[in-house]
Amino acid sequence: MFGYYLDLALRSLKRNKVLTTLMVLSLALGIGASITTLTVFRLLSGDPLPQKSAQLFYPQLDPYPKDQPFSRSDKMPWLMTYADAMNLMHARKATRQAAMAMTQAKVTPSTAGQKPFFSDGVMTTADFFAMFDAPFRYGGGWSAADDDNRMPVAVIAGFLNDKLFGGTDSVGRSIRINEHDFRIVGVLDHWAPQPRFYGLRLGGHDYGTGDAVFMPLQTARADGMTPQVTLSFGSSDSTKLETAPSIWLGVWVQLSGAADAAAYRTFLGNYAAQQVTLGRFQRPRVSLSGLMQWLADQRVVPDDVRLQTGLAFGFLLICVVNTVGLLLAKCLRRSREIGVRRALGASRGAIFAQFMVEAAIVGLAGGVLGLGFAELGLLGIRHQPAEYASLAHLDIGMFLFTFVVAVLASLIAGLLPAWRASLLAPAPQLKAA
Amino acid sequence: MEIRPILASLRKHRIPAVLIVLEIALACAVLCNAVFMIGQRVADIHMRNAIDERGISVLTLNGADPARAAADIPRNLAALHGIAGVKAVATTTGMPLDTDAAVTGFTITPEGKSSVNTAEYFIGSDGEQALGLRLLQGRYFNADEYADSGLDGFKSTAHVMLVTESDARRLWPGQSALGKRLYSDNASWTVIGVVADVLAQEPAFSGGGGRYSSVFFPLRPQVELSNYVLRSAPQDRERIVREAVQVLGKLEPAAVVEGKTYEAMRAEYFADTSSMAWMLVLVCVVMLAVTAFGIVGLTSFWVQQRQRQIGIRRAIGATRGHILGYFRTENFLLSTAGVLVGMGLAFGINLYLMMHYEVSRMPWYYLPGGAIALWLLGQFAVLGPALRAAAVPPVVATRSG
Repeated sequence: MFGYYLDLALRSLKRNKVLTTLMVLSLALGIGASITTLTVFRLLSGDPLPQKSAQLFYPQLDPYPKDQPFSRSDKMPWLMTYADAMNLMHARKATRQAAMAMTQAKVTPSTAGQKPFFSDGVMTTADFFAMFDAPFRYGGGWSAADDDNRMPVAVIAGFLNDKLFGGTDSVGRSIRINEHDFRIVGVLDHWAPQPRFYGLRLGGHDYGTGDAVFMPLQTARADGMTPQVTLSFGSSDSTKLETAPSIWLGVWVQLSGAADAAAYRTFLGNYAAQQVTLGRFQRPRVSLSGLMQWLADQRVVPDDVRLQTGLAFGFLLICVVNTVGLLLAKCLRRSREIGVRRALGASRGAIFAQFMVEAAIVGLAGGVLGLGFAELGLLGIRHQPAEYASLAHLDIGMFLFTFVVAVLASLIAGLLPAWRASLLAPAPQLKAA
Repeated sequence: MEIRPILASLRKHRIPAVLIVLEIALACAVLCNAVFMIGQRVADIHMRNAIDERGISVLTLNGADPARAAADIPRNLAALHGIAGVKAVATTTGMPLDTDAAVTGFTITPEGKSSVNTAEYFIGSDGEQALGLRLLQGRYFNADEYADSGLDGFKSTAHVMLVTESDARRLWPGQSALGKRLYSDNASWTVIGVVADVLAQEPAFSGGGGRYSSVFFPLRPQVELSNYVLRSAPQDRERIVREAVQVLGKLEPAAVVEGKTYEAMRAEYFADTSSMAWMLVLVCVVMLAVTAFGIVGLTSFWVQQRQRQIGIRRAIGATRGHILGYFRTENFLLSTAGVLVGMGLAFGINLYLMMHYEVSRMPWYYLPGGAIALWLLGQFAVLGPALRAAAVPPVVATRSG
């Protein structure tokens, strides 16, 4: 039976080439636009560390004076002071903990003639690599003792190792950063979480190829490197950030479960209350967000991308309404044919099925063409200046999703015409002929 | 034109009529909001900025030795001045629309609270000439003020400052800003001049009220002055950037030098905005085309279905003009219903966007604007099928098919 409907549908579609083209084109445009923007949206709102994100938490404290709050809408301060970050590090209440700030690191190649260049640097503490599951190609991270002794050690990214050392094992060699020599202890494999969740609010890029050099926080600071973002809540000297009333560090902790998270929240609360009694804080409020929650709260997906996605789905809706109209026009025009089929014994269900098959074919064709449009759209996005541009690719999931959306959209579009067609009484249609 | 028969016929074809109305309503709602957003973005891209944008090129020098900056900066400036075609050259800490912003809140009383983030520009001697600032009142910094002013933290130790006309109006409405004092963190400065509006370093960060909130301080040569601003005739810029990067690269071999024209900097800052605007334009065009095709498709169907009736009308005396008028009026009625619903929908979408995004209220004239656009589109789309209907000969009425 299905084969027969298929044949009928194809014949009918062929009979009316312009109308068929219009329907397929309209559906394809809507689907192409939606899939393009949805791919970008998913890319931007994805989980940067799927295997670990449930265990990672971002604590926040509020060292700001009451009459001069961090934000007028009462948001918690994004970053932490050095004193608080170090207190949390030394308390060691979490499985792992690391403090971090971003810096622009000037790297001077050792070979003569090569010019110095700036690259994205991370000033952080020992747990960073194990906590974020950063994979090493050679060597490993540094130890907590290296942090305390301000050892001049560094971990570099694979792409920097390729650039400076031609990809060979550079562990033990030295790299010159901001006019100071650091000994390389580890080289990372490709590692670039998207978005770069740990650098949010610390400056630099949210998406892209990842950071180039990682150095112990105290060593880098002793060598005069400065964080990219400092927010001050009192007169402060930028050269003495460790004691200034300034927030400039992000702190991440690894906690293995809900019970641990609750315990850590209590610990944070007690810590803040203690700071209030000491007179350092005026408000004892704290916050502890999971990774995905933190990304959502900070609106890491640009507003423009959200708007584009909304717009594309509005557009898809228009295209579906359009296809409904055209399908309806097409099938009502064939009332005589339906009358004949009904008179020859076809049931209402059979007519309904026939028209749904026709709609599904339009949907499939729209999906294939829509996929082409989506690839074209993503090609366009890859040529955009945005920092996430090069990452925009259609994945298998989206590929299948395109077809599900297309067929579903066309079936929804076909429901009304098919139902109308199946309602036609055979006699008047035959009489009119 | 008699409307009642049209309404009667539409009542018989309720579903196609509702579909057309729905499609026009959706298109109208999306169109109004999209055009409004395009307009806002175009306005952003063309924000005025009272510096000599077309004549300025900017070199950034990063990673230079801080201890030697006081001696090196005058030497670098002299060398850059030697390049043919350079009319003025000076150093600054930052430029409007570079993304690494330094902002502070300033108040007109020592204990006041500031609600605006003001961009701070520290300029080296001759900065006003190199940037091409436009002085409206008062004077620029003199040589002594440039020589005596330093930085404490990132706060000026100078006693004088320049403000923009927007800030002068915002802070001291109806008064002259000259001689007034501005305060921040236990320090204060006297306003000695008012310049035409220079954009804040990051207008998006400063918000609508802070877009032109910028202040200028003098600064003696020191390492924070990492931008070299060169002013020349527009046609010399490309060559001057190339030569200047070489000159500075040779003088400062350990530092990283990059150069570009100010127009390129501005284009880079607005690259995302302009690509979003183009995206919106594209969506609008395709959407209008889809809507037009929908109208064409449905009306053609109607025309074909009513061949007999049209023939009868023609046989009993209706002219081609009457038939044409009939379909055009019908489309006008449907469009009117569509845009009425659409304007409501557009308004609702705008309210929703205002709540969830940084979108401002859509001015009222966008609504009738969108309505007129869809009316015209409908009339244009219906023309083809209506002409075909008008071409139906009266003899059709006498045939049985």
